[in-house]
Amino acid sequence: MKFRRLILANLFRKKIRLLLTIGSFAVALFLFAFLSVVRDAFGRGADVAGADRMFIINRTSIINPIPLSYRDKILRIPGVKVITHDNWFGGVYQDENNRFPQFVIDPENQRQVFPELIVPDDQWNAFLKDRQGAVVGARTAERFHWKIGDRIPIKSTIWGKGNWEFNIDAIYHGKRPQDDETQFWFQWDYFQESVLDRQKGNVGWYVLRLNSPDDAVRVAKSIDDEFSNSPYETKTETESAFAAGWVKQFGNIRLLILSIGLIVFLTLLLVTGNTMAISVRERTGELAVFKAIGFSDRAVLFFVLSESLVIALVGGLIGLGLAVLAIPVLAKGMTGLLPTLFLKPSVLVSGLIIAILVGLASGLLPGIGAMRLRIVTALRRV
Amino acid sequence: MVIKLLFGIVLTVLAIGALLLMLAVLGGILAGVLAPFVGSVPVSYNFRSIKSRWNSTIVAILGIAGTVGVFVAMLSLARGFKATLVASGSPGNALILRAGSPTEMMGGVTLDAVRIVQDAPGVARDASGPLVTQEVVGVMPFPLISTNTDANVQVRGVSPNVLRVRTFVRVTEGRMFQPGLSELIVGKNASKTYSGLTLNNTVAFGGGHWQVVGVFDAGGSSFDSEVWCDGKLLNELLKRPDNVFQSVTARLTSPEAFQQFKDSVTADPRTNVDVTREIDYYAKQSTVMTKLITILGGFVAAIMAIGAVFGALNTMYSAVAERGREIATMRALGFSSTNVILSFLFEALLIALVGGIIGCLAVLPLNGLTTQTMNFQTFSSLAFAFKITFDLLLMGVFFALVMGILGGMLPAIRAAVRPVAVALREL
Repeated sequence: MKFRRLILANLFRKKIRLLLTIGSFAVALFLFAFLSVVRDAFGRGADVAGADRMFIINRTSIINPIPLSYRDKILRIPGVKVITHDNWFGGVYQDENNRFPQFVIDPENQRQVFPELIVPDDQWNAFLKDRQGAVVGARTAERFHWKIGDRIPIKSTIWGKGNWEFNIDAIYHGKRPQDDETQFWFQWDYFQESVLDRQKGNVGWYVLRLNSPDDAVRVAKSIDDEFSNSPYETKTETESAFAAGWVKQFGNIRLLILSIGLIVFLTLLLVTGNTMAISVRERTGELAVFKAIGFSDRAVLFFVLSESLVIALVGGLIGLGLAVLAIPVLAKGMTGLLPTLFLKPSVLVSGLIIAILVGLASGLLPGIGAMRLRIVTALRRV
Repeated sequence: MVIKLLFGIVLTVLAIGALLLMLAVLGGILAGVLAPFVGSVPVSYNFRSIKSRWNSTIVAILGIAGTVGVFVAMLSLARGFKATLVASGSPGNALILRAGSPTEMMGGVTLDAVRIVQDAPGVARDASGPLVTQEVVGVMPFPLISTNTDANVQVRGVSPNVLRVRTFVRVTEGRMFQPGLSELIVGKNASKTYSGLTLNNTVAFGGGHWQVVGVFDAGGSSFDSEVWCDGKLLNELLKRPDNVFQSVTARLTSPEAFQQFKDSVTADPRTNVDVTREIDYYAKQSTVMTKLITILGGFVAAIMAIGAVFGALNTMYSAVAERGREIATMRALGFSSTNVILSFLFEALLIALVGGIIGCLAVLPLNGLTTQTMNFQTFSSLAFAFKITFDLLLMGVFFALVMGILGGMLPAIRAAVRPVAVALREL
């Protein structure tokens, strides 16, 4: 690069402006990364869904139970590989603000149905042997500073009896970054012996895995037909449809975030584009001199474009780098408010592409202006 | 120990720095606003200078306008959500839940407890008896008109006298349901949001057929997103035990009667309930969502403000740089450096003010716009509206002025301290 020094010298001509422009780019890209992460968090569910998993809930509503006796009947339907069941416990730890999802699980099949949530074998065996045992997700364990061996009370808000005592026997981790690490699981048997008689033998919902994802429609229909006209009619959906239904209930929040992102982005684009324009305008005379001594139009355009591209790239890299550093910290601060916040590599890639495009776009107008400059007029100015 | 001490010193220095910055910003705003009266540089100079660099000024204005717009929109969303829930509570009503249960969804109040509430002192009465409604709530999936997918609607089984307990609720179309019949009345937002919930239509849920006989207006509260029916029927439908309710709402003779009522009900050994003012209960329900929106919105607006300040700084610095000779000439003519600073601050504030006002005007049409989201506490959808109030707009404009000062102060000082002779000699 023969003109490297020239470009560098031009870049550093106004140090404050250089810093500010790079700063604006960094801010724009940081916000881009942050808003994408939040948008993903509101849409979470669809990207954790297993293709071969289905949820069975009570047709009347999700808060109505289904009898445990349905399990064997469902297992008999061809295409069903394994089935497990959960109950929503709805407890809080110490304070009403300390909410996190607690599930009553069926220890026998939990790990076959949710293989992506990994519990070390020795911890899992300890959990199986302990009637009051609990498995907790890594994020929740961190949030409340729980360690294996701790004995903790959870106050039930649905099932009466006040505080329930649990021993933390195991901590699970998600295989993928998007997996939910906030759940708390405990044993069906402990639950059954503690609830009222009329509540016994009811599960909240079933989760099953299919032999083949292609069977989903047929299996769903056979299950729902099997129990139609029974006192507990069912509704069977693939996990992704189930999750998408939840996401839709958040309504326009996603749209809102997208439109904010767009406003933010356009605003910052304007700001940076303007700076580039100012810096070219100030140098009109110089550029005319370049052209007068024989640099081609294209070379002048190249100077301007490469300058804005360097600014955009450096600013973009700083912004995305800050996002990589800051988002885990923010995610910790938002525990309990939002699902897992994490940065997908694809966001970084698209962020960088956007930075490059914006850099080119903001340099293009003043660059073309510089290219078209008539030497005589430009030199006569000032 | 040493580390703690160092940490303390750093913290103190930071706090002092923040305080100084705040004072400087406030002082700057004051000085800039007063500039036309105390400074000697005529204001017309600023207008002309803005005019001569209109394109970069417009960009600075748009930067500030965008930031203020996002700031006001997010705050108004949080306020609207809170206002919707708070409006659901009446100051003169008391809500009775099973002891220890934080939301209605999880209650369990027995008929015996209801009787005790009805007889408690402070409960308002009319010809039909005590104004108490014992209620059952459930969530039922209904298809959204917008996406045609199911969303959960809160269905509330109420006592026939509910309209006399919640006096702000009015049936605007059709009529009230008949006790014992499968009839529904639907909130005005629910009627607009879900397909099938229109007057005289019959909908199927929970294995039964229900006729919509009325639409009610609950004054923008969360009840507007609900569907109401006879409590006894809903209890059967949900296969819940007879004579157990999830919440009881009592209208009191006056808001002051609350304490007496509460003491009497909770002191009774036959009850195991918590008594709260209805208004406090609903305010608490809004906390999670309000907190989420405020934190997210505040964070985004703060980061965006940094970008906007950078933009304003750039504009003002280039204004100063382009006018180096002009400023030096003014100084040579006898304008003091204070006057130059004041003049620049005024210009920065003017740009910020215009940006702030544009930002506020741009989001004003959002006021009253209804949006819908899931309320985490009830697992059901809730419609709520952006609520832009005058003080929010003032906050937005103030925010713009702060950005203007942050962007204008340093360039103004730089303009004033440059030696006159050097600046004049340039070019």
